[in-house]
Amino acid sequence: MTAELLSANHASARAATLAGRANRFGRGFGGGVYPITPQSECIELLCKQEFDKGAVVRVESEHSAMAVCIGMSLAGARTFTASSSNGLAYMAENVFAAAFYRLPVVMMAVNRTLGPPWNIWVDHGDTLMLRDAGWIQLYCEDNQEVADTTLLSYRLAEDARVLLPVMVCQDAFVLSHTMMQTELPGQQEVDDFLPPLELPHAVKNTPVTVGGLDFPHETEVHRREHHEAMNRVPAVYAEVQDAFERRFGRRPADRVVPYQMDDAEVVFVSMGTTASTAKAVVDAARARGVKAGALRVRMFRPFPEDLLTTWLRGRERVAVLDRDICPGMGGILWSELRGLAPGALVQNYMLGLGGGDIRPEHLEKVLEDLLARDAAGEPQIVEVG
Amino acid sequence: MSSEPLTRSEPLLCGLVQTEADRAEPLLRAGNTNCGGCGMSVGLNLLSRAIAQRPVQMVIPACCGIVTAGQYPFSAYGAPVVASTFASAAAVATGLAQVATINGDNTRVIAWAGDGGTYDIGMATLSAAAERNEDVLYVCYDNEIYGNTGGQRSSATPVGATTTTTPQGKDLEKKDILGIMAAHRVPYCATISLAHPEDTHRKMEHALDTRGFRFLHILAPCPTGWKSEAAEGIELVRLAVRSGLFPVYEAYGGDRHVINVEPDLSRAALEQYFALQGRFRKGSVDLDRVAEMIERNWKLLRARAAGAS
Repeated sequence: MTAELLSANHASARAATLAGRANRFGRGFGGGVYPITPQSECIELLCKQEFDKGAVVRVESEHSAMAVCIGMSLAGARTFTASSSNGLAYMAENVFAAAFYRLPVVMMAVNRTLGPPWNIWVDHGDTLMLRDAGWIQLYCEDNQEVADTTLLSYRLAEDARVLLPVMVCQDAFVLSHTMMQTELPGQQEVDDFLPPLELPHAVKNTPVTVGGLDFPHETEVHRREHHEAMNRVPAVYAEVQDAFERRFGRRPADRVVPYQMDDAEVVFVSMGTTASTAKAVVDAARARGVKAGALRVRMFRPFPEDLLTTWLRGRERVAVLDRDICPGMGGILWSELRGLAPGALVQNYMLGLGGGDIRPEHLEKVLEDLLARDAAGEPQIVEVG
Repeated sequence: MSSEPLTRSEPLLCGLVQTEADRAEPLLRAGNTNCGGCGMSVGLNLLSRAIAQRPVQMVIPACCGIVTAGQYPFSAYGAPVVASTFASAAAVATGLAQVATINGDNTRVIAWAGDGGTYDIGMATLSAAAERNEDVLYVCYDNEIYGNTGGQRSSATPVGATTTTTPQGKDLEKKDILGIMAAHRVPYCATISLAHPEDTHRKMEHALDTRGFRFLHILAPCPTGWKSEAAEGIELVRLAVRSGLFPVYEAYGGDRHVINVEPDLSRAALEQYFALQGRFRKGSVDLDRVAEMIERNWKLLRARAAGAS
């Protein structure tokens, strides 16, 4: 295990390369790749890698990037691609398709604001648009987590009880272009962690049609199977955490990551790098005697309702910090978890939309507002830009 | 009937009859629900004979060709098929072909798509796969209409044809798809006449065995959309070829053009072609305009064919 100074884009590409090479005794590795800011450095680095058995296809669109992953995955290869923002929107049809085919594709998604008007900075609205696409979604807080999550995603996705694609999400520029000390394992260790992929429904010579026509009854069964596979993810993820820790000596974070939650009465809930700022504000608040804590939702799909319910039980006030907006509704994270803390005052704050830098003073204001409330109100947009 | 053994260059009854020379599993199995007289079905049967014992994998986007497969878990195809999203046939086929290549498999990957999935929504994907010279055989069965959705116009719909979205007849010419694909300088492009099975068989075999990107364009009569008699489909193709409306030729590497069937360019054939199809009745086609179009297209094609000799 060697530590290097890597951006999250490069950390992700390097981890995908290791995972890809680990399938050289299987059907190999590949994917379709297409550039988009702020993800391009990831696929650029991938295009510089050499594979004994691999093919990185430089396609003409994100839609085709995922289509190539679908074809390669159906042929039994381990696959990877990366995208962001409008690229994900353009890809969307095949994002759903990859999940419906039950393919263990891993995609790194850099969270970026959807346009127009064009904005390249962080916002979670792009991957949250795909929350119903049937993918596992993991949101990362730092570059090490991006590297580790890319690796473990293959183990999770390829588990016979799961067979679902995984989206590894990370914040534009805050992580994608920021260099951090990142440890990457050696090839031998990754080979041990990721045995060759054996896709049970790989296309070989048997004359079957994959993805043909369903009538309602067949779709009911397919959706049920998909849903049940999603519901098995938490248990399999726990096993993957154990296996990762055994092999690499570092335990990947839980689906929901608590901070100072033991006696917390006031809780921030967030995703991605917002959580780092929240932790700093929790520390400051605690120094003033406020019993603050924070939760980071790392796995958004399947939604960690069990852990959130447990962590939020008995808390007094909850600030849900969304870096996204569903116009006419509010924050997406808030809309999904607001029913999980009965008895608590759950207030939604949408901040850092369009990549505005969320600083401790912004969360201090949020805390002040939260503590002054008699009741929860409409979701609030907090301008930080 | 001759007692001599069949050879692969001698398809029986235009290749439409299963013989001992055919692959044990026909590409298009009995029990499929295609319309009577479907040109795509004839194309699949001809392709089946050309494929023979070669291992193949097919990619078919959302179109009539995938409805052909039937309801899950059954499949009317005698080969593995991936049903792709509408625009993605060439890209999904790329994925299958790349993995076959890196693993040294001898599988031939065939994308089978209609004119909507080729001329329209799949054009960028198709063009990109051709530019990358992927080891894919892409076959467009062109019924000049969005048949699966009830008969809307595509950019392959010819001048004068009424469709559900051109109720007064289409006023625009169809794209020169083979010219477009040949301009990608891919190893092999050809048009396929269902009325000329020997020529078709030779081309399909060549296309299957050539490495790199290959493109075949089939004029596929659609009795439902063309409002023509099911039994007259092959005759319609013959008339389209005779009149020069559908040139039968091939392009090697994008520059060497070979004309395979000489048209008689007769007005009679042209008139009959239009008269036999209900889709042209309302549009009051200006046959002089069509004849001019044919003349222009053939001038260009002959120049291309002469340029390479």
